[in-house]
Amino acid sequence: MSHWLGWLNQVFEVLIALAAAPIFLGWVNQCRAWLQNRSAPSLWQPYRGIHKLLHKEVVLAHNASSLFRIAPYIVFGTMAAAAAMIPSLSTRLPFTSAADAIALVGLFAAARMFLSLAAMDVGSAFGTLGARREMMIGFLAEPALLMVIFVASLMTASTALPLISERLSGETLAIHPSLLFTAVAFGMVMLAENARIPVDNPATHLELTMIHEAMLLEYSARHLALMEWAAALKLFNYACIGMALFVPWGMATNYQALSLALAMLSLAVKLIIVGAALAVVETLSAKLRVFRAPEFLATAFLLAVLGLLVHLLQVAR
Amino acid sequence: MLDSPLHICVALLAAWMVIGMAGLIRPRSLEFAGRALFVLGAVVGLLLALVAAASITSPAESLLLPIGLPDLPMHLRRDALTSVFLFLLGAASVGISLFAAGYFRSGEGTLPGVLCLQFHLFLAAMGFVLLADDAYAFMVAWESMALASYFLVTTQHRIAEIRRAGFLYLLIAHVGALAILLAFGILQGGSWQFSFAAMRTAHLAPDWAFAAFLLALFGFGAKAGLVPLHVWLPEAHPAAPSPVSALMSGVMLKTAIYGMLRVSFDLIGDPIWWWGLIPLGLGLFTALYGVIFAATQSDMKRLLAYSSIENIGILFTGIGLAMVFHGVGMTELAALALIAVLYHAINHAFMKSLLFLGTGAVLHATGERNLGHLGGLIHRMPWVAWLTLVGVLAIAGLPPLNGFVSEWLLLQAFLMAHEVPKPFVNMLLPLGAALLVLAAALAGYVMVKFFGIVFLGQPREATLHDAHDASRLERAGLLWLALGCVILGLLPAQIVPILAGVIADLGVGSATTVSQAWWQLAPLPSRDVSYAPLLFLLAVLTAIGVTILVGRLVFRHRTRRADPWDCGFERLTPRMQDSAEGFGQPIRHLFQPFFAMDRELPSPFDRTPRYRVVVFDRFWRWLYLPIARWVHSAAAAVSVLQQGRISAYLLYSFVTLVVLLASVL
Repeated sequence: MSHWLGWLNQVFEVLIALAAAPIFLGWVNQCRAWLQNRSAPSLWQPYRGIHKLLHKEVVLAHNASSLFRIAPYIVFGTMAAAAAMIPSLSTRLPFTSAADAIALVGLFAAARMFLSLAAMDVGSAFGTLGARREMMIGFLAEPALLMVIFVASLMTASTALPLISERLSGETLAIHPSLLFTAVAFGMVMLAENARIPVDNPATHLELTMIHEAMLLEYSARHLALMEWAAALKLFNYACIGMALFVPWGMATNYQALSLALAMLSLAVKLIIVGAALAVVETLSAKLRVFRAPEFLATAFLLAVLGLLVHLLQVAR
Repeated sequence: MLDSPLHICVALLAAWMVIGMAGLIRPRSLEFAGRALFVLGAVVGLLLALVAAASITSPAESLLLPIGLPDLPMHLRRDALTSVFLFLLGAASVGISLFAAGYFRSGEGTLPGVLCLQFHLFLAAMGFVLLADDAYAFMVAWESMALASYFLVTTQHRIAEIRRAGFLYLLIAHVGALAILLAFGILQGGSWQFSFAAMRTAHLAPDWAFAAFLLALFGFGAKAGLVPLHVWLPEAHPAAPSPVSALMSGVMLKTAIYGMLRVSFDLIGDPIWWWGLIPLGLGLFTALYGVIFAATQSDMKRLLAYSSIENIGILFTGIGLAMVFHGVGMTELAALALIAVLYHAINHAFMKSLLFLGTGAVLHATGERNLGHLGGLIHRMPWVAWLTLVGVLAIAGLPPLNGFVSEWLLLQAFLMAHEVPKPFVNMLLPLGAALLVLAAALAGYVMVKFFGIVFLGQPREATLHDAHDASRLERAGLLWLALGCVILGLLPAQIVPILAGVIADLGVGSATTVSQAWWQLAPLPSRDVSYAPLLFLLAVLTAIGVTILVGRLVFRHRTRRADPWDCGFERLTPRMQDSAEGFGQPIRHLFQPFFAMDRELPSPFDRTPRYRVVVFDRFWRWLYLPIARWVHSAAAAVSVLQQGRISAYLLYSFVTLVVLLASVL
């Protein structure tokens, strides 16, 4: 019985993630608009964009290969699968045994690789440029992200995300200096990985500065819709990883409807706060030159290492 | 006669030698010596892989071959570790031999028959390296392996550059072999018994054992390509024909790993924990160094050679980590690290062979090795492109393929390294994990560059439009290796317990790795962590499948083909795509201290602007050129003796004789 409920729970969580991701992006955009004294777009604007794109005809470059056509599905599919592995509502996921946090990072890497390969497929100058920059950000961000996960897993003796957040939420409510450092590091990685200011600007189409957008230049219609949705899903996934690591409270630990409802409420509250914070950070900082991005990520990495050392010293004491 | 696995293995290796000799019957016939015999060799390889796999769990056995010096017969022995590497040799050789059967053409330097002989002797020699149970047999097999591969590297010996590469390879191989010989000399411990059985029981003073360990590290490191002894790899691999590169990179480098494991965990017996820090540090540096150089290469086979250096670094890191764990008594974790090493060795044999064969197919179809002249081949060579993509994703360490499994195991071992009861070291070791991840992530960068520039984009040269796909035999070889990558990725829960048994047989830990279910891998009972690639794949495929279904069924809008977006410039040419140099530019920028660069930048007023950048290995200037200069001057000093007159030489002999007599009497 509980087995079936678990899988039901799992599917439900993915559907919630798919539905909530564009709204979360809409919320961040809305906050940004408010902070910048613009009139804000509706919360549903990303949905409208996706809807519009889904109903257009696909324009493919003459030499686009089948890799180019299948990549959006792969990228979107991996992001949806990642959503199934991240505890956003419940920590009792049947998928815990399938993949731990390291596999999750691998899954993100797979999505990034397909995105970059697809960008190189048509052979325009921008696609390759975007691919190379994206891979650069990727290989810099990945060690920092894993260091963050390592710290959490050292504290909980597991690399499975649901277990980590369950055990961390069981700890007494105290500020762990190691987690504080890693939280900052994670925030920086999240900005970089999701093509946000200061590393990339999601709103730009200025040739010399774009990273993520450069890779999508050749995509249109349903392919583009999937890519945009996948990007929103990635942001949502990262937010959920961050919350599972650093504010793991409020998640359901059983299959009762009440606790699930409470978990949804707490997820909504946490997402609203995270989205607003993201907008504030993006508004307050300026975009870095591409070659300053490594310094940014090296800082994130060192902060995570600092967290690790603080934790080890604490344990040793 | 053929009643035990060891006998069958020896018979199969002998069969390889016979096949090689048979090539000399009709050395000029491509159909016979270049095709049929190679297919036969693949069958032998398959049998070897099957026998070795079946014999992993059976007890060790030895055999005395009455060949060799009068009172020094060849000792052969097969135990679990040998079986694993024999499996690796057999399984990888199936794909490589099949591909080679479709690959070699007449007129490529060496005659097909001679090539057949060298190729199969090389295979058999590698097998005997694994089976050898005394220093004499080991060195004979080791040298035959080096010589056979030297001749294979110089297949196109008419090209001076290739002869140079071959010479460099031979030189470093022999310096390494000398070190191994010395290591064995120490390991016999004064008993003057050179069988491995005697070395196991010999008691060495720790200092002598350490010296033997260092010599072995040097010798096997030279064969494997550990920095700074790696310089021959990026020269020899591009020079060799692709199946030979695949064999050397995929299998031969692993014999060095085998030797390292054999010496440090079996023959020396009890390594002291801090010895492990040396291969650990060197391994991490090698991994990073290799991958950074791989990212800046513009020759696709050099790129893969540097990627091999990276993987060797990962393997040595695992060995070092295992030694540290073993030395401080954490045998469970030592076993985990060694399982990761074995797994990665097998993985790398499959994926790197696959990639090298892929470059071979590209090379034959286009005649180009330079990334700057390739592109868009996925349209002309779909088989090669998609099968190579499997290898690319595997070597980038992406789940659910095989590269991920071994890296995951190694990371899990690293995660427990903070429990090593040594101050400072326990804080530094987790940082090793970060370097490992950096290397793995950079491998993703390298592979995007490799695959993207060779197979994607627009063809950079007009001639690429007539590129043809691989022949049927070549496809079969590629398919075999790609399937291996997938199976090794999906069934670690079946394979890891077997490897745990092998490690236990080696004397490190017991078969600790308990897989709870047949589909799930759980490395350590004490940690709640597991990885189930089948379930993982199912989830990803379901998600992708549903997306495709919904996407195709609901939104069935027309698809129109058009020109790519050119920003209104209208005169885009394929040459405006990113080049290999351009793709490596962020790496050159970020890791500048690693490189010595020779750059020629165009001035803005130049009519015919020219941009050239050559990236050098700093080790040439720091290490190799000074040694070469020293050797030259030493030779010049000695050449004073060379008079060119018979009388002078007779005088030398006479003086020597007198001196000897005087000292004896």
